[in-house]
Amino acid sequence: MSAVEIVRFAVRGLAANKMRSALTTLGILIGVAAVILLVAVGEGSSQSIQKNIAQLGANTLTVSSSTSGGFSRGQEATGPRTQARPLTVDDARALADRAAAPSVASVSPVVSANAQTASYEGASHAIQQVVGTYPSYFEASNKPVAKGAYFFNDDVLAARKVVVIGQTVAENLFGPVDPVGRQVTITGVPFTVVGVLKEAGSSSGFQDADDVAIAPLPSVQQSLTGFGPLSQILVKAESADAVDAAQAEITSVLDQRHGVGGAVAADYQILNQATLQETVSAATSTFTVLLAAVAAISLLVGGIGITNIMLVTVTERTREIGIRKAIGAPRGAILGQFLVEATLLSLIGGLLGVAIAVAGAQFTIAGITPVVVPGSVVLALGVSVAIGLFFGSYPANRAAKLRPIEALRFE
Amino acid sequence: MTLVLDVRDATKVYGAGETAVHALRGVSLQVEPGDYVAVMGASGSGKSTLMNIIGCLDVPTAGEFHLDGVDVGGLDDRQQAVVRNRKIGFVFQSFNLIPRMSALTNVELPLAYGGVRPAERRRRALAALDLVGLADRVNHQPNELSGGQQQRVAIARALVTSPALLLADEPTGALDSSSTLDVLGIFDRLSAAGRTIVVITHEPDVAEHAKRVIRLRDGQVVEDTRLAPVDGLPPRLGEVTA
Ligand SMILES: Nc1ncnc2c1ncn2[C@@H]1O[C@H](COP(=O)(O)OP(=O)(O)OP(=O)(O)O)[C@@H](O)[C@H]1O
Ligand SMILES: [Mg+2]
Repeated sequence: MSAVEIVRFAVRGLAANKMRSALTTLGILIGVAAVILLVAVGEGSSQSIQKNIAQLGANTLTVSSSTSGGFSRGQEATGPRTQARPLTVDDARALADRAAAPSVASVSPVVSANAQTASYEGASHAIQQVVGTYPSYFEASNKPVAKGAYFFNDDVLAARKVVVIGQTVAENLFGPVDPVGRQVTITGVPFTVVGVLKEAGSSSGFQDADDVAIAPLPSVQQSLTGFGPLSQILVKAESADAVDAAQAEITSVLDQRHGVGGAVAADYQILNQATLQETVSAATSTFTVLLAAVAAISLLVGGIGITNIMLVTVTERTREIGIRKAIGAPRGAILGQFLVEATLLSLIGGLLGVAIAVAGAQFTIAGITPVVVPGSVVLALGVSVAIGLFFGSYPANRAAKLRPIEALRFE
Repeated sequence: MTLVLDVRDATKVYGAGETAVHALRGVSLQVEPGDYVAVMGASGSGKSTLMNIIGCLDVPTAGEFHLDGVDVGGLDDRQQAVVRNRKIGFVFQSFNLIPRMSALTNVELPLAYGGVRPAERRRRALAALDLVGLADRVNHQPNELSGGQQQRVAIARALVTSPALLLADEPTGALDSSSTLDVLGIFDRLSAAGRTIVVITHEPDVAEHAKRVIRLRDGQVVEDTRLAPVDGLPPRLGEVTA
């Protein structure tokens, strides 16, 4: 009795009741497809969120002033209050001191002006955000140029009116014309375009990340914002591991400079990209696990379906089992036949489920592009086959153990 | 010469306590190779019980039982399957063919379990079907065959492994008189060819074909009559074929 023969018997057994086999297969199919697809949706949403965060810049810390700081704690209304100090270029310079903050790689002071009208030869466009900063900003905020170049430290020192514009700005003002080297007027002040940023693509919420213009800090201060406080300081840490150390160093430098400590609360806040990423990825993986759990339940239900069908099949075919035993079928052959039947059901269901899930993952589901996780495919297939073996073995064993005479007498 | 069948003091009790049924109360039976034995007896006398034990479908409560020189009581599950496959051919009153399988596949099945190669299997199955006169019906499924034809397929299936012993439990019980004659004719020819046969029957007409008749009553052998010598021809061979 060869294995091929046993498989042939099993296939014949399944073919004898096509409708029932098809429905059982469907149960497993839905379970497997659900596991793979839901995990893919979870993974897809998690990846897109991670990408959005990564676009903010890797290993960076954003320092901004906080309006609630500067008070003596607990005596806000009545007690003496220290003035909350704004962030200044001197603060930025202090943070760039290697001795005080060795984990800091670069410091970019930032001022920004919103909704500034820019025009070029009759075309005009309101730029959502005009940023004045240092060249290190491009790297720290992960904004590479696609055309032309960044501006340099010289441009900052000389307060040259040069600007790097985003894709949206370039399209609206210049259309098909290459903007590099041309002059735009931003709120009446002429700037020379030296570069165009690479398209960021994602627009988080209503903010278009490509609707920006970036110019040297003093140029923007002179022409647009005035020499007031900075809107933020962007700090890049030496490495991902150094982010926490950098945050501690920034805190100690700024606490000292702003007289924070004791009863005085900090008048600035630090946003840590890595912490944000961790928090979000923890949330999304919880979400994925939840989806997978729901899907796993449907896979289990499919497995119970297989047990049920195999039990019915064994009961229904008890006489046939008796006949086979009476003409000399060994226990192994009977066991093998029913086990293979159950496994084939779940394997076929599993493979079809994988095919459907992979096909379904090509579509956008609820605004999310699913990303099929290979592990989930292997797991779902493995589990479905294991279910076939596990849930099939009970009925198969029952069939194989029957004494021929008991099986033959069964009505 | 080894006996094909040697049952010594076999008993079979169904159930226990007050409701226990003593189906066999110490049956001894020896069958020589080439014999053709008919087992008769009233309903409930234990004929089927004895037959199932001889066919290794059931185990006796007590007693010893040798088949073709092998002590069946001492065999494990797998070895018993081999005995059922090689040494015994069983014909049931209710045919017991597997539905949705052609006559040929049904007859090939014991050979498949016996590990015979597919080509050889087909050759032997076709020969067995030819022997029972069904060469033109090999691809029919059981539900496309008459009762008599189904029983002949079942006989072909029992014969195909060339077993030492052919057992039949009321093989003609569900057949009309002409199909009964077909089956008895086959048995007579098999007996003439030297095969050992044990058949259960209610009908004296059927028993007359055997070389030896055994009568059971209340689980005991009460009569053992020889109608023809073991090495002779079955008594009614001429009549059926004529
Ligand atoms: N599985 C069983 N459980 C309990 N009692 C049984 C069982 N099988 C048979 N018997 C009893 O054993 C006795 C002998 O039964 P058996 O089937 O051997 O009779 P039989 O001679 O073949 O009768 P028949 O000619 O009607 O087929 C009967 O009294 C029957 O009721
Ligand atoms: Mg009976």
